Amino acid sequence: MIAIELRGINKSFGPVHANKDVALNIDKGTIHGIIGENGAGKSTLMSILYGFYEADSGDVLINGEVTRIRSSHEAIAAGIGMVHQHFMLVDPFSVVENVMLGAEGGALLDKGIDKTREELERLKREYGLEVPVDSLAGDLPVGLQQRVEILKALYRGAQILILDEPTGVLTPQETDQLFRILKALKDQGVTVILITHKLQEIMAVTDGVSVMRGGEMVAHRKTSETSKEELAELMVGRKVLLKVDKEAAQPQEAALKVEGLSVIGADGVARLDNVSLSVRRGEIVGVAGVSGNGQSELLAALSGIVAPSKGKIALNGTTITREKPLDASEFRDLGVAHVPEDRHRMGLVTAFTADESAILGYHRDEAYNGAILMKRNAIVEDCAQKMADFDVRPPNPKLKSANFSGGNQQKIVLAREMAQKPNVLLVGQPTRGVDIGAIEYIHKNLVAMRDAGAAVLLVSVELEEIMSLSDRILVMFEGRIVGEVDAKDANERMLGLMMANANPETDPNGKAQAAGDMQEGAEL
Amino acid sequence: MTGSNGGIPRWVDVGLIPLINILMAFFVSGLIILLIGEDPIEAVGILLYGAFGTDYGIGYTLYYTTNFIFTGLAVAVAFHAGLFNIGGEGQAYIGGLGVGLVLLSLDSSLPLILLVPISILASALFGAAWAYIPAYLQAYRGSHIVITTIMFNFIASALMVYLLVNVLIQPGQMSPQSREFADTSWLPFMHEVFAWFGMSITRSPLNLSIFWALICCALVWAFIWRTRWGYEIRTVGFNETAAVYAGINPKKIVILAMCVSGGLAGFVGLNEILGVHHRLLLNFQLGYGFAGIAVALMGRNHPIGIILASLLFGTLYQGGAELSFDMPKVTREMVEVVQGLVILFSGALALMIKPTVERIYVVVAAIAAGRRSTVEG
Repeated sequence: MIAIELRGINKSFGPVHANKDVALNIDKGTIHGIIGENGAGKSTLMSILYGFYEADSGDVLINGEVTRIRSSHEAIAAGIGMVHQHFMLVDPFSVVENVMLGAEGGALLDKGIDKTREELERLKREYGLEVPVDSLAGDLPVGLQQRVEILKALYRGAQILILDEPTGVLTPQETDQLFRILKALKDQGVTVILITHKLQEIMAVTDGVSVMRGGEMVAHRKTSETSKEELAELMVGRKVLLKVDKEAAQPQEAALKVEGLSVIGADGVARLDNVSLSVRRGEIVGVAGVSGNGQSELLAALSGIVAPSKGKIALNGTTITREKPLDASEFRDLGVAHVPEDRHRMGLVTAFTADESAILGYHRDEAYNGAILMKRNAIVEDCAQKMADFDVRPPNPKLKSANFSGGNQQKIVLAREMAQKPNVLLVGQPTRGVDIGAIEYIHKNLVAMRDAGAAVLLVSVELEEIMSLSDRILVMFEGRIVGEVDAKDANERMLGLMMANANPETDPNGKAQAAGDMQEGAEL
Repeated sequence: MTGSNGGIPRWVDVGLIPLINILMAFFVSGLIILLIGEDPIEAVGILLYGAFGTDYGIGYTLYYTTNFIFTGLAVAVAFHAGLFNIGGEGQAYIGGLGVGLVLLSLDSSLPLILLVPISILASALFGAAWAYIPAYLQAYRGSHIVITTIMFNFIASALMVYLLVNVLIQPGQMSPQSREFADTSWLPFMHEVFAWFGMSITRSPLNLSIFWALICCALVWAFIWRTRWGYEIRTVGFNETAAVYAGINPKKIVILAMCVSGGLAGFVGLNEILGVHHRLLLNFQLGYGFAGIAVALMGRNHPIGIILASLLFGTLYQGGAELSFDMPKVTREMVEVVQGLVILFSGALALMIKPTVERIYVVVAAIAAGRRSTVEG
């Protein structure tokens, strides 16, 4: 029997076609994985299923019946429950209060509380979902908080449970416990949809798996009939490599040296874990990895946005440590330029005119400033020059940054950073959301920077970009560098496996051990 | 040329929509005046005549306008950094204290030409210092600036009462106010300035401070849009992540923006203490700080807009006072209701009609375009 069927689901956000003709069948009482890179359309699809968005076209069938889901209320009524990546708990409420939230059963709470207790007792018996019902949700460890989320869904009668990246915040042990619970739910006839980009989890727990890429459903497989290798290929895709014309690298001395660099978040989880690397002048080092495995934190630490928690960064004779951090403008003074991953959030101020965005980070330079007033003409001329150099369209320095296309915004950012002739150029996702013509142009300029003697560190989730531009490739997984290969020896399959930390050469037990150590370290 | 503002031209956004908001406020006010049995049209006439019909009325209107410009600019500068400074009241109060202390100690020993710049500096410094504490708490301790600035209004009020009752009170007097400053230290009134040129206008509290207010408008404009500090303030206000990326320390910017904001609010003390009362007294700032929020909202945080919004509020203050005098049924409180409605419609509900106006504009523009093409065809 089919629990969920999706037929021809389409959803666009402005020009972005987030879901294209998506079709999906999930059998009742199975665990079904949906994998894909960030931005592949997984979250949009699940939001449609849970009633956050309505599809532009297409049908959702629950237990064989066409169902319109326009709100989370309707989703719950249709028996769909969702466990979000970020928990939706009221921290100062007890577990019981959290579970009954939205289903209090009357103006006075005591009846509802009694009923909820009984029901929790039953769920505990049936699924082995043990939680301390009177503890405050905020006091529980994340693994138990997640269990409360699952209980909330089941309490509302969910027969279809969607989990969005559920293991992102869990330790390996908690992940194992979660998987045991999911299997118990399956045995009781609950249908589980697991959204993840981790191949190991798909192989460990699912019955079937669907792969999304670029908003489309590209493959459906039975887990028993597929392999990590195949899924990695499907997930990353094998588009034609964009050929980049470049000579062999002529690396010189190291311009950037990183030793044992860690960045630990406020929650005690290491976002960047003991990373060591060096980038020499005249080479491009690519950092590959599934988005969210520490690449953003690496760029942030190397550009002074985030201070290191441990380890050191050596730059141009200066050593940056936790005790002696530098801010982003001091990093710029040391010759570090940074093209950030997210140009809207970081790279420019969309409300500024182009000429204002084109000096962001260098706005204190003498070239742009008089004693008190900024030199408006110099700034406008400078921007016009950058626009001419990088073929920004339209070449109008007074147009608002938000009104340029993605590719042209990116060119403004690149022009700004490259104009400084940096020793070290950090580049994050340089061609995300950029049209083909601009991609070629951007790639050509990055190689030109390298040939001019800059040390280039390139972070990208596009494997083909990494492979065609880099001279050396580092692979990141869960904040660590799990592999390094010469670009000449790399191929997509191999990188894809390393990105999922499924490299046959590394011992899987070793990885679990390392993660365990890390957690202990955080607690100390 | 259409801007990016939801596809409507700029004149609709900054001109038409505020105008409709004010008209709606006046319409509702008119209904209320009708309800209490007076003629709204006549009321508007009295209000406008009261504000602009005599040189005396104009003087008062512009005197109020001066205060609104100062507090409006204060709110606007903080707003450009993404901060909501509702402590203009307290900063104005303490700014006045600064002026008062300078004058009480130096009024008879320095000439006016020196006292004026010292007073300007003192009011700015005192206002800025009063804003610095909430700014510091916001930047380094995470205390929300809305809460702390409003609390600091009360603290300022308590402090002034204490000082005027216990410390600065004129000996032998019952009312809590300081002695009058030497008359050589008074900032000239406009009627005195006119008299220098042989022209005669009626006495009003309008004084030279209004020129300083206009100069401040130009300075604020240059500061926000033409200096690197203004650039950093706007970067933090628009996008703090991008600011950190650019090496801007948002904490320092919070403090800078709030100090400038507090300094501007402090200039109310200049107008009131040095310009009008010539002594330190209680509650000279009452209401201007809060009205500054509405002024800045209406004026879209731009000095030109703030001048226009200040003029509107000045008109309401002065014309409203005349109105309650001429129409006994329209009490002082009724006039405050009208002011409240203007604040409500052009402040809190400023964006309420925007989607409707946009839709109507699109339809009208389409019809106009269609008519043009039929004519051509």
